[in-house]
Amino acid sequence: MSAERAGGSVLSLADVTVRIAGSHILHGIDLDVAEGGVTALLGRNGVGKSTTLKAILGIVASAGRIEFDGRDIAGQPTHRIVRAGIGYVPEDRDVFAGLTVAQNLELAEQPGVEPDYDTVHELFPELLERRKQRAGTLSGGQQQMVALARVMLNPARLLLVDEPTKGLAPKLVEQVGDALARIAERTTVLLVEQNLPLVRRIARDAVVLDTGRVVHRSPAAELMADETLLDSLLGVSAAVPEAGKAVRE
Amino acid sequence: MTDLAQKLTDRAAKATGSAASGRSGWRRWLPVAIPLAVLALLIFLPWMRFPVPGVLPGVVNSPGSMQLLALCLVTAGIALSYDVLFGRTGLLSFGHALFVGAGAYAAAIALGKWGASLGLAVLVVLACAIVLPLVVGAIALRVKGIAFAMVTLAFAQAVAITAARNPGGLTGGEEGLSLNRSALPSFLSGVVNAPYRYWLALGFLVVCVLVVLWLTTARTGHAWAAVRENEDRVEVLGMSAYRTKLTAVVVAGFLGTLGGFIQLIIIGGANPHLLSTELTLSLLIMVVLGGAGSRWGAVIGGVVYVLLDNRLQELSTSSTIAELPSFLRIPLSQPVFVLGLLFVLVVYFAPGGLTAVGGRVKRWVAGRRS
Amino acid sequence: MSTLILILVTGVGLGALYFLVASGLSLIYGLMHVLNFAHGAFLTAGAYAAWVAMGYLSGLGGWAFPLAIVIGMVVGAIIGAAVEFCLIRPLYQRHIEQVLVTVGLGLMAVALFTGIWGADPQPFPRPEWTRQTTDIGGAAIPNDRFLLILAAGLLLAGLIALLKYTRIGLVIRAGVENRTMVQALGIDVRRTFTLVFALGGAAAALGGVLGSVYLGSVSPGQGTALLIFAFIVVVIGGFGSIGGTAIAALLVGLVQQMANYYVGSGIGDVSVVLLLAAVLLVRPAGLTGRTA
Repeated sequence: MSAERAGGSVLSLADVTVRIAGSHILHGIDLDVAEGGVTALLGRNGVGKSTTLKAILGIVASAGRIEFDGRDIAGQPTHRIVRAGIGYVPEDRDVFAGLTVAQNLELAEQPGVEPDYDTVHELFPELLERRKQRAGTLSGGQQQMVALARVMLNPARLLLVDEPTKGLAPKLVEQVGDALARIAERTTVLLVEQNLPLVRRIARDAVVLDTGRVVHRSPAAELMADETLLDSLLGVSAAVPEAGKAVRE
Repeated sequence: MTDLAQKLTDRAAKATGSAASGRSGWRRWLPVAIPLAVLALLIFLPWMRFPVPGVLPGVVNSPGSMQLLALCLVTAGIALSYDVLFGRTGLLSFGHALFVGAGAYAAAIALGKWGASLGLAVLVVLACAIVLPLVVGAIALRVKGIAFAMVTLAFAQAVAITAARNPGGLTGGEEGLSLNRSALPSFLSGVVNAPYRYWLALGFLVVCVLVVLWLTTARTGHAWAAVRENEDRVEVLGMSAYRTKLTAVVVAGFLGTLGGFIQLIIIGGANPHLLSTELTLSLLIMVVLGGAGSRWGAVIGGVVYVLLDNRLQELSTSSTIAELPSFLRIPLSQPVFVLGLLFVLVVYFAPGGLTAVGGRVKRWVAGRRS
Repeated sequence: MSTLILILVTGVGLGALYFLVASGLSLIYGLMHVLNFAHGAFLTAGAYAAWVAMGYLSGLGGWAFPLAIVIGMVVGAIIGAAVEFCLIRPLYQRHIEQVLVTVGLGLMAVALFTGIWGADPQPFPRPEWTRQTTDIGGAAIPNDRFLLILAAGLLLAGLIALLKYTRIGLVIRAGVENRTMVQALGIDVRRTFTLVFALGGAAAALGGVLGSVYLGSVSPGQGTALLIFAFIVVVIGGFGSIGGTAIAALLVGLVQQMANYYVGSGIGDVSVVLLLAAVLLVRPAGLTGRTA
């Protein structure tokens, strides 16, 4: 059991199991996310990282205990979990292609909560320019900005962010990294990522999954410094990639 | 098949219950013994003279009862053919009536309009029974899910509309075609020969049960179950989902077409109802009512449906109903209302149908005994 | 020439009727992935409600008909919302069961109507002016077609306005694209589901009332007969797309009328049914390409 289980845990998963279409995806996840900063959720492709996020949000059915700020949220409908203070940036961005940028953001507004457009426009000035543009015509990087901006409009206790830099050019990765660092100053983030330099830059804690189970927990810096361990757990090296070379595979 | 594929289909096979149950001693023979006993009973029904009040219109071997039972059995066979699609393979089709109606009309036209002999008519029906499902399946299976359901609906409707227009005087339009009995052997015609038609229906049902049982326990059936569970994974493991589904459509269509032919002999005519969406939906109700995908669910559902429908018709004109207050009398006087309500209740509270309820009762009884 | 005008206008009128019924179906399937076989029941319920109302309101003269339409639509909306809330919602995400339940409901409704009012069509007391015709280019066009076209036009405009300018419309459009993500933004889509069912029920009821005017009678089975064509329109036009549904409705209505007249009676019906199969086989997502 992790030493962080004592007070200060924003999110706590105990023995969470997920079955999808007869397949056992998560085999009893035990996970704690301490308050403040970024906890990185790492692992090879297909080990269940995205599924873990979806289980927390109630998007997939799960067994086991999921506690948010001490309250059990397992089994609650997704919209109520989100209203309780959890934001979600999904793996495929999932912006609404038929709606404009402004409308995508407008949808994220919650009743009774003053939306923070100032920070959004400060971090992503492009979105202000492209307010009236249909989100389906945006580039991948711009859509990622919309996805991030959506969750920044409302104060959230916890943000679940799934591979925000996937498929992005290095300059955009930087931009996303800046935004995440900024976000992490004021809210806790559980970040699924395969981009290790980014993880090294902003993550405080690291949790590694393999075939639906947690196989490693430690402060992020420790893990990033240990090349052999990284290689065995993730099959990649954390070295900064040469220009033009893919980070993994 | 690869190891993984084998494991997948084995798991699916176990889920469908075709693996041996863990019973010991003489209990092991029950799943075989009980159906055989029921079959023996059914074979000897035409010699039984006792009444079954509330269920049958007269004594068991009266022509009216025999006719009703024959209808129950042929419908049960057709329902089983629909279960191959919906219950075993997970294919929702709204066009099954196409096969049933085609079987009836093809034979009626061959016997009546073309004056063919019985043998030739049988050949025509068999040809339809193979070609029609192949063609329909080959086209409709190019799409999946709701699109597949809608395409099957479209084909069935197109044929139904065409038949209702009575092209070339072939189909008799809204009235349908009556059966030309001169080509049939004499023992199948006439009120007094109702038991022979009953045995014909029984024979058809037995054929359906045997065919489906054989295929379900063979690799084909395991493939169907695998597709029903997770179609994408089937493809990844190197099996062709398309071929598996097409086999299901052909088997279901073949038995359905045959059923239409038998139905023609039993009721003495082909009518537009046999091509209608209402027929397909009633098959859906039968299968769900009995328990989709279970071994005897469709058969039981078919029998129960026909009996209920018949009894409710009787009830709707009886004096007991007439005395009820109108908010009860009106719905109860409509058999389809009661059947539809039963169907909705089953979907909500007993999704496994009557057979699942039966299983639960059995377990409850066993629990109380121990 | 005048025959052509007659065919065209009546074809558009038929398309208008289809649009009234199909618009609700399209939204319901696009947003909720429920194939609502009970939609015909909303239609017929609205028609009978208006028919009964006409009987009670005959003292009001010219006001009876518009009031009856409103009553029919309200009944349709209430029944739609009730069906969603009581029967569809508990089966959330279980799509096959939802379809099955709507099938059962549809059958029960027809049986119930038959039980109450009998299986025979009852004449619908349509206002005198709908029986008359207006001359356009030499063609005598029954006025009820104009009523249908007007109603469909108003519905189309209303729905487009709803979708474009209101928050509910935004939620619906987003939900049609990605229901899960809408939930993940903290919005309770289930309330929108009920609304969409209510809207669909009202629109179907309007179609039912005006359809009864067009046919001259109400009967228990009229919903089922129209439902097949409504499905065809929705599938061809693309689920969840109002614009697509409108175009498809027009297309189907025109093809059906023209084929029935110029080729042979009944050919039109067969050809639109086959058009459905053809479109699905080429583009399983319908003409406007939304995910089926």
